Amino acid sequence: MRTRRPAVLVATVAAALMLTGCSGVGGADVPSPSRSQDALKGTVTVLAAASLAQVYGQLATEFEKLHPKVTITQSFGGSSALATQIVQGAPADLFATANEVTMKPVTDAGLTDQTPIVYATNVLTLIVPPSNPAKVTTVGDLANPAVKVALCDKAVPCGSAAVTLLAAEHLRVTPVTLEQDVTAVLTKVELDEVDAGLVYVTDATTAGNKVTQIAIPDAANVINRYPIALLKNSSNKAAARAFEQFILSTTGLAALKRAGFGTP
Amino acid sequence: MSDLRALDPPGLAVDVTVLRGEFVVTAAFEVLAGRPLALVGPNGAGKTTVLNALAGHVEAERGSIQLGRRELVGLAPEERRVGVVFQDFLLFPHLSVIDNVAYGIRMHGARRSVARVAALPWLERFELGTLAARYPHELSGGQAQRVALARALAAEPDVLLLDEPMAALDVEIRDEVRSQLAGHLRDFAGPTVIVTHSAADVTALAADVLVLERGTVTQRGAWDGLMAAPATPYVARLVQRRDE
Amino acid sequence: MIAWLAIALLVLPLLGILLSAPWPQLPGLLLAPETLQALGLSLGTGAISTLLCLILGVPLAVIMARSVAWSVLPRRLLRAAVTIPLVLPPVVGGLALLLLLGRSGILGRYLAQLGITLPFTTGAVVIAQTFVAMPFLVFAVEGALRGADRRVELAAASLGASPFRVFRTVTIPLVAPGIAAGAVLCFARALGEFGATITFAGSYPGITRTLPIASYLASQTNLNQSIALALVLLAVSVVVLLSLRDRWLPGVRG
Repeated sequence: MRTRRPAVLVATVAAALMLTGCSGVGGADVPSPSRSQDALKGTVTVLAAASLAQVYGQLATEFEKLHPKVTITQSFGGSSALATQIVQGAPADLFATANEVTMKPVTDAGLTDQTPIVYATNVLTLIVPPSNPAKVTTVGDLANPAVKVALCDKAVPCGSAAVTLLAAEHLRVTPVTLEQDVTAVLTKVELDEVDAGLVYVTDATTAGNKVTQIAIPDAANVINRYPIALLKNSSNKAAARAFEQFILSTTGLAALKRAGFGTP
Repeated sequence: MSDLRALDPPGLAVDVTVLRGEFVVTAAFEVLAGRPLALVGPNGAGKTTVLNALAGHVEAERGSIQLGRRELVGLAPEERRVGVVFQDFLLFPHLSVIDNVAYGIRMHGARRSVARVAALPWLERFELGTLAARYPHELSGGQAQRVALARALAAEPDVLLLDEPMAALDVEIRDEVRSQLAGHLRDFAGPTVIVTHSAADVTALAADVLVLERGTVTQRGAWDGLMAAPATPYVARLVQRRDE
Repeated sequence: MIAWLAIALLVLPLLGILLSAPWPQLPGLLLAPETLQALGLSLGTGAISTLLCLILGVPLAVIMARSVAWSVLPRRLLRAAVTIPLVLPPVVGGLALLLLLGRSGILGRYLAQLGITLPFTTGAVVIAQTFVAMPFLVFAVEGALRGADRRVELAAASLGASPFRVFRTVTIPLVAPGIAAGAVLCFARALGEFGATITFAGSYPGITRTLPIASYLASQTNLNQSIALALVLLAVSVVVLLSLRDRWLPGVRG
């Protein structure tokens, strides 16, 4: 027992050192904290599409380790609802949506500080409950009236993407419900209340084995392009720009890729 | 008691013990038709408890309530045919005067329209004809008392109970209302029990008196007998203070 | 002074809707098929829910009013059970309904074997609304029962009325103002129901997409239409709530 104790101590000290000081370990890709960046402080408020919640959450934690004086506050929701909030004056520094259409009201209102940068793509995938009660094998099965389908409402990006996808496949689908966001569709499939749903491949990846994914051939699939923009009314532009750059760095892009996002 | 059973209309023979929380009320008495009984006693003596036992609103712990050959203990209130005039009358606030009076007739099987026609003579008898369409909150105390009496009698009860019938009325009108009430009680054929703590009520309305103190009967008889030989200090005070 | 502040807090947001309403386009937006469809669905399901609340809620209120005589624990448990839908986030309520009555839910799986599936049907909308609106009715009626002079029921019994007839001819009319108030609040709450409905019943035009859901979805793309739908909801609610006073039976005080 006595021999073990120092080992534990060493590990603890090492961990403490890593937390407090040596933050440059991340590699050349990560913008290393030079003196000027160490000056970053304050809060950065990010409004982002619900489908980004997982990745942005991770990236914010890493960023805060690099810049301990910065706090990232994030709010995730339907892209259009968030856009409405910004147009109505919600204070925010960064805005990231799930497609370009929902970014448009904000750029039209002259509220962005830059041309939005498209940095990731997402495609729809077909998901079914693990038991696959309706024996769905292809997206064509959705047209079968006996199959209960949940889609997003066309008012939200995942819904407009679904409409385009089904039109391209020449499928007439009568869903049992048109949900207000993509997580609602995911929940209904996870709970086995519907036989199939169309969600982003990233959401299906997050859900893991709670749903079964059935890939949709690329040709037919609609690609959603994810833009991000710094907002004009940002009260902390330096830190906000740094976080945006962090998302666009190889670290950020790698995290997005792991979550299932594609590159534009 | 066998003579009582054979009488027509039948008399009331009561011998009950009623529990009210920790408090025990025991009373045994007889009431003959045409000889109203006044149940008197200080506040909290158990008068209303006895009345509630007769009406069936509280269950007697033990004993019997015989109306002629009928046993009332064990019967639900609606099966007893015991009419009650409550202290604050408890008229139905959502029903007009005529519908209040017609209520008991309806409950004995008449349709609403038929019951209203049957209620008309009662309204006449109690000088309520012009008030038929009024609602209880539009009535004076004396009018409300007449409605309560008419309502109880229209249901054609075998027994009539009155709980402090004058208590809710203004002092100025009590004498007049009391003499009217005495007249109406004379018209009722069955046994009548009046709960009161007023000497004036006893002399005007009742033939016999039963004094209840702390749950037990302390004296019984005619008013003159009580005056002549009061059995307790309470009775002595009661008979001296005829005019409240 | 503080009361005025409270009034301002309650009323000014509604004023905001009125001021930002797209009045010129309003007739077109109000008469749009989607609006009328959502309105019809909301009124219909709201009415059925209110009826269900009355049938189920009045007897429950009677038991609640009588529970004064019970011992503390069962009385509080009953009260808590009735209050839960009031404090539970409606979305959670909808999820709970889904877990109970969904096709793989605790009861729902047996219903499914009988060929009955509730989620995504208009019936599910009614169940969700009834779930959230019931407490409004129960508490209003219970309050009325406690406030009423129940001794009048004794008077009715002594006049020959059986317990059931006492309930029908005396108790119910006696608490009619409470029942009416409860029904109105219940209907208004059912009309505004959003979270439990969208979670349990989903959202499909003409079947489960009620006014609040239509208004919310419209707010994502077309704020004007959303405001128009909100105005309809507001107008119906105001009319319903204003009717609250004049429904009493004649002669009943308060």
